[in-house]
Amino acid sequence: MSTATNGQSTEKQFTLSVLTENKSGLLNRITGIFSRRKINIDAINVSVSEIEGVSRYTIMIRTERNKAEKIVQQILKQVEALDARLYEPDEVHYQEIALYKIPLNAFVNENKVEKLVRQNGARILAMEEDYILLEKTGHKSETRALFEQLKPFGVLEFIHSGSVVVSKGNKVPEEIL
Amino acid sequence: MENLTQTLENKTSVESVKISGSEAVMRSLLAEGVNTIFGYPGGAIMPIYDALYHYTDKLQHILTRHEQGAIHAAQGYSRVTGKVGVCMATSGPGATNLITGIADAMIDSTPLVCITGQVPSHLLGTDAFQETDIIGISIPVTKWNYQVTSADEIPEALAKAFYIAQSGRPGPVLIDITKDAQFAELDFKYEHCKSLRSYNPAPKPKISGIQEAATLINQAKKPYILAGQGVLIAQAEQQLKQLAETAGIPVASTLLGLSALPKDHPLYVGMLGMHGNYGPNVLTNECDLLIAIGMRFDDRVTGRLDAYATQAKVIHIEIDPSEINKNVKADVPLVGDAAKTLNQLLPLIQPNKHKSWVRQFQDFDQIEYEKVIKRETHPKEGEIKMAEVIRFLNEETKGKAVLVTDVGQHQMIATRYYHFQDPKTNVTSGGLGTMGFALPSALGAKLGVKNTREVICIVGDGGIQMTIQELATMAQFGIAVKIIVLNNSFLGMVRQWQQLFHEKRYSSTEMVNPDFIAVAKGFGLEAEKVTVRQELNSALKRMLEHNGPYLMEVVVEKEDNVFPMIPSGEAVNKVRLS
Ligand SMILES: Cc1ncc(C[n+]2csc(CCOP(=O)(O)OP(=O)(O)O)c2C)c(N)n1
Repeated sequence: MSTATNGQSTEKQFTLSVLTENKSGLLNRITGIFSRRKINIDAINVSVSEIEGVSRYTIMIRTERNKAEKIVQQILKQVEALDARLYEPDEVHYQEIALYKIPLNAFVNENKVEKLVRQNGARILAMEEDYILLEKTGHKSETRALFEQLKPFGVLEFIHSGSVVVSKGNKVPEEIL
Repeated sequence: MENLTQTLENKTSVESVKISGSEAVMRSLLAEGVNTIFGYPGGAIMPIYDALYHYTDKLQHILTRHEQGAIHAAQGYSRVTGKVGVCMATSGPGATNLITGIADAMIDSTPLVCITGQVPSHLLGTDAFQETDIIGISIPVTKWNYQVTSADEIPEALAKAFYIAQSGRPGPVLIDITKDAQFAELDFKYEHCKSLRSYNPAPKPKISGIQEAATLINQAKKPYILAGQGVLIAQAEQQLKQLAETAGIPVASTLLGLSALPKDHPLYVGMLGMHGNYGPNVLTNECDLLIAIGMRFDDRVTGRLDAYATQAKVIHIEIDPSEINKNVKADVPLVGDAAKTLNQLLPLIQPNKHKSWVRQFQDFDQIEYEKVIKRETHPKEGEIKMAEVIRFLNEETKGKAVLVTDVGQHQMIATRYYHFQDPKTNVTSGGLGTMGFALPSALGAKLGVKNTREVICIVGDGGIQMTIQELATMAQFGIAVKIIVLNNSFLGMVRQWQQLFHEKRYSSTEMVNPDFIAVAKGFGLEAEKVTVRQELNSALKRMLEHNGPYLMEVVVEKEDNVFPMIPSGEAVNKVRLS
């Protein structure tokens, strides 16, 4: 036999996709599993899923595979957890959304910003008196790249969400229940 | 009366009746077969205590002297009966005083339902008087918890609580009930909870796994069974015995697995772990097949993990899937109830005897006897040793008593040397190592076994002072626990480590103790102090003959050490005998 803790010790990015009953307090129970092991959550997204009464969590962490696997087991151990799966980046489709608040006067600047918006597949979400709100979806590297390009024009605020993911397999959540 | 009770109970489960939330709590408890509860009242749970007033003929409530006492008592009750232990406390400090017991029950898989009162729902989150977020606080130490804020949730919440607490891998559940929900009325109708879509308490092992396991067992030259508490919880003692006897496999036990097989069974080889027996630890690293049943490879059992049984294949029978590959990788995981899994496995097992392998254990036994056991149990001179107290206790009780131990040297000595004969007679705080566990737990155990068995509480002079007020509970309710205080005037186990690993720097471990006899008598118990060897046996007899709770203080050698010992973080075969 070998111990369950040796083996690969390289840290990688993992995405956990978790389905639970939609009950108050459960988020605490789930996040406690990470904090107890001193694993930092890089991004977390919780929302109701397509199934009535079921929440879906998408949690991104960096850790070693065997630690991530044990976390999945601990999540499944919770009475109200329905499913938990572990994915490496290439096993999922994932997307983030980013918002950029740009001062209005940046747009009077020879259409440069407008060009960036078009080139990057971003769109204008809102136009206010003194700023414009841009939206872009994409991978973190892409939303980040646009931020870098917009920087010279003065970005008032930049925010991006955690990822939402769907697995590349064709299992539907109903089968899990 | 009997008839009346029956009609009442039938009624509760069929038609609905309008009653208060508090009364619904009583009727739900009755519907779950509860007849004993442990608790302590206070403002936020007063409506429930008021309802209880009308149910005292069916629900015996034991008023402990501290909520920690109530929950440990519920644990002791549960551990000997296999039933769900029930305790109640008020909000705020009452609820937080339960936490140590909840954590203890969580790690030792004890089914409990803890009911706490909570401030009225309109005050939640306002830092009201005696408001604490007990749901938030107890999340990491409960199997499940739930806050009830409206009366009509009560039957369902309690039905779920009992179902979750006792199914699968058992554990503690907490139900927090706001005071307004206790007062409000509901249409009461009780339905037992039988399943939850998100929860699978009865996983079944793969057939292919059963076959692989049988092949490994049939081919093994040095198979070795490690039995944990899962055997006792699943009531798989017969199956364990049959597996061992059919295939001639030696069986060692974890601390909590003790009493699964009688100590004098020819294939029982002893206890595992830091202060376990010599052969069982050393030979873990010589077997070719480990068959772990209902145990979780705790670090006190495995010592240094990367030097643990690296030569062996591992079959892991365990109901909690999260334990598989957590510490020790299983070649054949069998996720399921121990009894049911063994039932599937047994027909495939071929008769065998592993005589020379079993003899290896006996050879180690002989060495341990000569180097450790003899001098511990049969000292010729000097002060009284803890182990000889247990030897006399074996003679007097024939291993038939329930032994409730606290935490420390006396715990290791008592569990090493007591001759457990019957299942569920070993009650101790294993995973959490909670000092103060024994005294209240023993009173709960005594209420569980009633007059069918003696309950002996073995406790240190340190540990007893953590929950000593429960002597009053024993006195008030006439709970005939027999307490043996093994007094070495030290926090002995810590002192031992200081001696062995900190050059005898006895930092804050020596104690000037109260007069335990005067204290016990003050609480209304009979008590006797023993200081010389010659009086030990007769004093024990007097204690056992006494009809009622009794405290016997034995002054033992001050600086005695428990051996064998695997130093923390060392490999299991690096056992020290001195
Ligand atoms: C609540 C709690 N606090 C501290 C400890 C650490 N601890 C473990 S054993 C021990 C000493 C116990 O002393 P005593 O009760 O006198 O028993 P002895 O070891 O002398 O038999 C201590 C302090 C513990 N296990 N539990």
